[in-house]
Amino acid sequence: MRGWYAVFSKEMANFFVSPIAYVVIVMFLAISGFFFFANISYMSIRSLQAANNPMLAQYLNLHTMVVQPLLGNMGVVLLLVMPLITMRLFAEEKRSGTIELLLTFPITDLAVLAGKFMASVCLLLVMVAGTITFPLILASVANPDWGPLLTGYLGLILMGGAFIALGMFISSLTENQIIAGMVSFGVALMFWIVSWIVPLVEGGVGTVVRQVSILEHLDSFNKGILSLSDMSYFVLFIAFFLFVTLRSLETHRWRG
Amino acid sequence: MIEVERLTKYYGRFAAIKDVSFRVESGEIVGFLGVNGAGKTTTIRILTCFTPASAGKARVLGLDAASDSLEIRKKVGYLPETVPLYPWMRVQGYLNFVAKAKGIPSSGRSSEIERATGAVGLDRVTGKVIKTLSKGFRQRVGLAQAILGDPPVLILDEPTIGLDPRQIREIRHLIRGFAQDHTVMLSTHILPEVSQVCDRVIIINEGSVVAQGTPTNLANSFRKTSRCRVVLKGPESEAVNLLSGMDHVLSVDSSEASGDGEVKLTIETSPDTDVRANVGRLAYEKGWDLLELRGLDATLEDVFISLVTGEAEEAPTAEDLEETEVQS
Repeated sequence: MRGWYAVFSKEMANFFVSPIAYVVIVMFLAISGFFFFANISYMSIRSLQAANNPMLAQYLNLHTMVVQPLLGNMGVVLLLVMPLITMRLFAEEKRSGTIELLLTFPITDLAVLAGKFMASVCLLLVMVAGTITFPLILASVANPDWGPLLTGYLGLILMGGAFIALGMFISSLTENQIIAGMVSFGVALMFWIVSWIVPLVEGGVGTVVRQVSILEHLDSFNKGILSLSDMSYFVLFIAFFLFVTLRSLETHRWRG
Repeated sequence: MIEVERLTKYYGRFAAIKDVSFRVESGEIVGFLGVNGAGKTTTIRILTCFTPASAGKARVLGLDAASDSLEIRKKVGYLPETVPLYPWMRVQGYLNFVAKAKGIPSSGRSSEIERATGAVGLDRVTGKVIKTLSKGFRQRVGLAQAILGDPPVLILDEPTIGLDPRQIREIRHLIRGFAQDHTVMLSTHILPEVSQVCDRVIIINEGSVVAQGTPTNLANSFRKTSRCRVVLKGPESEAVNLLSGMDHVLSVDSSEASGDGEVKLTIETSPDTDVRANVGRLAYEKGWDLLELRGLDATLEDVFISLVTGEAEEAPTAEDLEETEVQS
């Protein structure tokens, strides 16, 4: 794996020397901030209503009214944003010819892949770290449930990693960044919404579709449940797409 | 040392190269010539372990390209035809990235980058962003990354393309300097460059090696006639008639436009015959002013054109060669 750090630092420099990282982080935080504000406002209104109607008070819950929707909304924003980060990872190298340089350095394809994946994950972590202010604000005025909050964040990061692995694979298939970005978004969206058809299909197919869906596995994280099967889903998802990206680089070598 | 044995590469059903065999000895500078699509880049990509061969063997310093890919990549400096640069990086940052990727230890990285930038004349622009550099400087950055780490084998695809005549001379001088302790394989379209820089030439056409040898030997082996050039002041028709009648003269070409009473002629004679002394005597006897009298050697370009097109074209003059060089 020698040499992965060279690729990692080059990718980090690319993110932060160019405006890519700043634009993506600012937009992610702005949209997430809006959702946070909207959720807080909604809860405030419901709280005022509960003052006049004590029956409503039993439905007031900080986690289900603010934290859970916020994590879900941030997941949707990540679904839109991650393809923008991953679309150039290999497509740009192929278009500019630098892939020839990268693949003739004395480093393995796995090191190239690891460098790019780790750099993208770092950018994801920086983005998500920016949203820590939201729970801190909540903690200053209320008493949030930290367990589900932390598992929710873990789910968000695992899902972001899954989108990165998927996006890298699609970027390795084309020289065109727009195609890479659009297809990555489309495929990620399919993984997200595929469970919507579960009520329409029965038996084994329905079970398979449910197991494939990202949303199904993310839900338990947001509820504060740390299940091995859901963790394994994301880890295997990432491992599978990193593996097929490696194979894709290998076929690129064969095609010359 | 580079050894290639019956190397074949298929893209689908198309054979980009077929049964290519050659050898480049240590310390040798070899020119790899061929028209576009001849198979040069495919061969180079196999040697640099970018793409695997479909059949045959490629060895660099005794290491097999198929099984010792990483070891070969440590020992080969490669400049692809499209200079692989990241335009948003600064020269220093780019070379630092390449040095890291090549595994140059951090303790010696700065001095190695300094050596490489000094060798290709990049000292003044190391702080600049690559996209702001001229084409010539970008080419130098590409060369600098190839020589970083002082690899014993250098494979350079069109290293002087885009450079001005002064830079071309400097880079050629630099490449010649590598000959002492490096093996250099140079792919180029600039034929005079090969004659000036390379010890030996390998010509590839339609995926097969069609000739190899020193530029002089190749030129001699393909020479079917000797030629000389005469410029004199005198009556053109009389000069053509008298020169055509001389022993060993096969033809006299007077098609070149003349001016100021000057007559420009190209005399073709049987191989290995020199009629220059006889021409000089004739001019003296006839009282013509002899302005120029010199032999025209067969050139590598003759050989190249003959091999890749199957036609023997008229050999270019020294002026033609200079013009080619400047245009490049």
